[in-house]
Amino acid sequence: MTTPLVLGVLAGAVLSGTSLLYATLGETLAERSGIVNLGLEGVLLMGASVGFAVTAVTGNPWLGLAAAALTGGLANGLFGWLVVTRKANQLASGLAMMFFGFGVSALVGAPHVGAVITGLPKWRPAWLGALPWVSASTLFNYDLLTWLALPVALLVWWLLFKTRWGLGVRAVGESPAAAFASGRNPALLQFQALGLGGMLGGVAGAHLSLSLTLTWAEYMTAGRGFIAIALVIFSKWNPLRAVVGALLFGGAEALQLQLQARGSLISPFILEMMPYLLTLLVLLAWGGSRRLAAPAGLGRTFFGSD
Amino acid sequence: MSELALRPFLRQALRHALVAVAALAMFAAILLVAGKDPLRAAADTCRSMTTVYGFSELLVRMTPLLLTAVAVALPSRLGLINVGGEGQLYMGAWLATAGALWFPAAPRWVLLPLVAAMGFLGGALWAAIPGVLRAMKLVNETIATLLLNYVAPLIVSYSIFGPWKAPGSSAYPESPAYPDAALLPAFFDTRVHGGLLLALAALLAYWILVDKTRWGLQMRAIGGNAEAAQRLGIPVAVFLVAGLALGGGMAGLAGMGEAMGVHGRLRQGLSPGFGFTGFLIAWLAGGRPLGILFMAFLFAIITAAGDTLQITQGLPFSVVNILLAMILFIVLARRPGGAR
Amino acid sequence: MLSARGISKRYGALLANDGIDLSLNGGEVHALLGENGAGKSTLSKILYGYTRPDAGEILVGGKAARLRSPREARALGIGMVFQNFMLIPALTVQENIALFLTDLPAILDQEAVARRIRAYGARFGLQVDPHAPVRQLSVGDRQKVEILKLLLAEARILIFDEPTKVLAPHEIEGLFQVFAALKAEGYAILFITHKLREVIACADRITVLRQGRVAGGFGPGEAQVETLVKMMFGERGGEEPTAETPVPAGTRPLLELRGASAQGVGSETTLQGLNLTLHEGEVLGVAGVSGSGQKELGDLILGLRPLSGGSRWFRGEDASSWSIARLRERGVAFVPEDPLAMAAVSGMSVRENLSLGTGSRYHKGLSLDWRALEATMGASFAALAFPVPPLDPPITALSGGNLQRVVLARELAHGPSLIIALYPTRGLDARSAASVRELLRRARDGGAGVLLISEDLEELADMSDRLLVLFQGALVGEFPRGSWRPEAVGHLMTGSGEVAGV
Repeated sequence: MTTPLVLGVLAGAVLSGTSLLYATLGETLAERSGIVNLGLEGVLLMGASVGFAVTAVTGNPWLGLAAAALTGGLANGLFGWLVVTRKANQLASGLAMMFFGFGVSALVGAPHVGAVITGLPKWRPAWLGALPWVSASTLFNYDLLTWLALPVALLVWWLLFKTRWGLGVRAVGESPAAAFASGRNPALLQFQALGLGGMLGGVAGAHLSLSLTLTWAEYMTAGRGFIAIALVIFSKWNPLRAVVGALLFGGAEALQLQLQARGSLISPFILEMMPYLLTLLVLLAWGGSRRLAAPAGLGRTFFGSD
Repeated sequence: MSELALRPFLRQALRHALVAVAALAMFAAILLVAGKDPLRAAADTCRSMTTVYGFSELLVRMTPLLLTAVAVALPSRLGLINVGGEGQLYMGAWLATAGALWFPAAPRWVLLPLVAAMGFLGGALWAAIPGVLRAMKLVNETIATLLLNYVAPLIVSYSIFGPWKAPGSSAYPESPAYPDAALLPAFFDTRVHGGLLLALAALLAYWILVDKTRWGLQMRAIGGNAEAAQRLGIPVAVFLVAGLALGGGMAGLAGMGEAMGVHGRLRQGLSPGFGFTGFLIAWLAGGRPLGILFMAFLFAIITAAGDTLQITQGLPFSVVNILLAMILFIVLARRPGGAR
Repeated sequence: MLSARGISKRYGALLANDGIDLSLNGGEVHALLGENGAGKSTLSKILYGYTRPDAGEILVGGKAARLRSPREARALGIGMVFQNFMLIPALTVQENIALFLTDLPAILDQEAVARRIRAYGARFGLQVDPHAPVRQLSVGDRQKVEILKLLLAEARILIFDEPTKVLAPHEIEGLFQVFAALKAEGYAILFITHKLREVIACADRITVLRQGRVAGGFGPGEAQVETLVKMMFGERGGEEPTAETPVPAGTRPLLELRGASAQGVGSETTLQGLNLTLHEGEVLGVAGVSGSGQKELGDLILGLRPLSGGSRWFRGEDASSWSIARLRERGVAFVPEDPLAMAAVSGMSVRENLSLGTGSRYHKGLSLDWRALEATMGASFAALAFPVPPLDPPITALSGGNLQRVVLARELAHGPSLIIALYPTRGLDARSAASVRELLRRARDGGAGVLLISEDLEELADMSDRLLVLFQGALVGEFPRGSWRPEAVGHLMTGSGEVAGV
């Protein structure tokens, strides 16, 4: 009984965690540069809807994916213009982006509701597929995005911590004054981080519509954007930790589905609460020590007057 | 003297009008791109709103928005950022439901106030948690209220699917219908319910509290300069918790209103984003009561337009969110640093 | 390497620098000595390119230099180590330094930077772990990182602005060794401070500033503590402080601190075992250079800072755990240096600000008895001979002096028995300052006890019935009126004298 459950949960964790991870990585980049995008949910939806629509029209999921990435980047660019150039309130702007994403995605997706598309192709290396406990499950039968999830996380980590650009981005997120004093252009760095982050967000949304469900429905992201925001905090703004967190949070969702299918008595809703409660607990645990791992620049916005 | 006061008021009104026009123009452009006729849409919307029923629907939509906006505005006087209106709303509905289901036989004059009080209490307690965390400097209230937003609807769902499941509602589970005594009275033949009175009373109470009482003065002192306030002897920590709790209570009343006034039972999806919309209303209005009234009405119009568009133009309701967002973008882009 | 001639700078009515000549040579430590307000920070800002002088010229390496910005100064090899480090606590030492390197490759080679850091560190006694996050470093180590930042960016002339202010005694020793090492390799060092002992310990040449002018200069080995103190604080021989009635015997102590300690967090000064008694009808002055714990002392008495040891007594009652509100209700008033930051709320009107901190005196129903408040405050303004400002406008509409008056009127309105005045005249013009002092004197004459914490020795000399000296969180001297000379106090303030009287 347990092995299929465990395998099912693992497989589901990876599948569900993929979009979560991409979204988290994108938001991590943004927050590392000192900007919180509460409208991540909107960005995900826009990516999902545009990806689906383009795929439905062109029949090519890769085009859809590219379109989704572009959409996400542009959306975050708009957000960046509001909060960086116009210096608007980040929380209000984020919520506005969320509503924008609701509306745009609904508009874009409406003509294509119910369309049947060819999603992103999945494949599994033969030698893995031959393993007995693997072949029966969906384990390791992934599309490109899932296969690339871990490498992309590594890439984001490498960008942030091993390149001059990443150092600058982190400096901006900690202290725009210091970044400026070192001869950098904080606004430019923030736009770059947002743009890249937005593309990852668009990709995250596309994974939902082009791979996981192969459908489009309004609000289909079902709060994933906010889970990702929680996950950024939970993983202490570290892309590598985000991988673990995405598996964990994705696993919670997968577990819930598996248990439901088996008629378990544990309420699925309790499980769904886990990501948020866990994050809150983690914050409480850190709260005792003054040192939050958050980029100091987030302080003014996200943390009010801390 | 009144002329001098009128001119900045006129200028403000003009600015607001320009924002509205610009946003509408952009929205019309988007509709055109989507292949729809914006003029027809506008005509349909206006027509539907000028009927008695249409207007009453606006009031129905406005009711929860007034409350969730106060839920944000009140703590903001203390410098607190409450983005947890959604969660507080759900917990208000939840606790109010508990009250109604546990005392089904009570007479109306007992049950209705009780249910209202429990609605308030549910939201207040839910908001007090982040309040305490913030007062103890453990967790910032923005994150805490945000995270709790998603836990509350799950508690509601759990209850609806579990202990409070109405028999025969397996397809779309919901609680049993409330006893009549717990329902908010409706006005005339419309769906406008007593919750509107509660909401207006709450708005009035908010205005009086902040502008006219000494507690409001102390709240504004904390919001303006918490260190000075503390040095002058104001118990800042107490105010922080109380402020968030009061705000949460307002949102809780909104939840109670939706449950007891509109739906008649506890359901999932009680709030299509009322909490977040309330945040934006409060932000746009700068926390001012009249502004909240105006903005809530405006948002009600916009969402009503959404319904009309759905029916007459075949557009998904969600498209009005674009108009909403446009208005916000314009205001955000014009006011560097935010409204407050 | 660098020489400045005839530097003058005026800020409004204040002549901060008046015809200053200063030259820095490679291979020597040049100390710039002066008390607060002497013009040291203005001069350093000019040398670093933050501000431009009104008159005078600067030559770097013999060539005339126009320092229009810190970047230009850096390009000429001038580096400044500030009191407030521009470091990012969350990043490591190596990352912080790399951030400011101009030749950083696109893909970071952290080991290369780390190697350079270790090399310089070994050369100059600035050893730090390149991979340690800055927030884990002690203040002394952070200062080392700041210095390394400059060295790796090829600076040759180093300006240190009050570097020992934040260091522990053993770290100061380390800093002097760093100076020696840098000196040996030909760097020029400008050491700005007010601490005598240190200057004598490490400086090759000393320039003393007083009130914007060069009061004197000394070559190696010429300076002595006595001469320096006299030069810094000036002669006050001719002026006898006005004879005041001494504290009558038997007067009840108003405020007592018995062995009071308060923990300082981060850069705050820890107060240790303070014993202090303030009587009714006296002005107790507290002298000290900045950073000695003055603000912390004021906060401790006010009730804002909790006692970590010892006790606080008010009129013979143990008030150690009283809240601020309770203390204020019992007659404790607070006159701060920066009223807008500490005692007023900028978003509110003058009238509303007047109502803050008045406790329950004006409670009326749900609101306040505004009429009674205005009457009392009006009377207070009249008693102080201040014009009553318009009450409706926001308090930010008032000038600094008027704002301080509003705060004073409010604090003195209810006849406080204890007034804590923390730098009350800082930033005020001469006339406003004089009237504030007069008010405090009058309050004292009316029986109140005034705790006057100030860095202005003249003011303290003028006002205090008794004078305490605070140094690094401890009380190191007590002088009854008429019994002290500026030099003795100066010694204690700068840590170069023996503990007296306490």
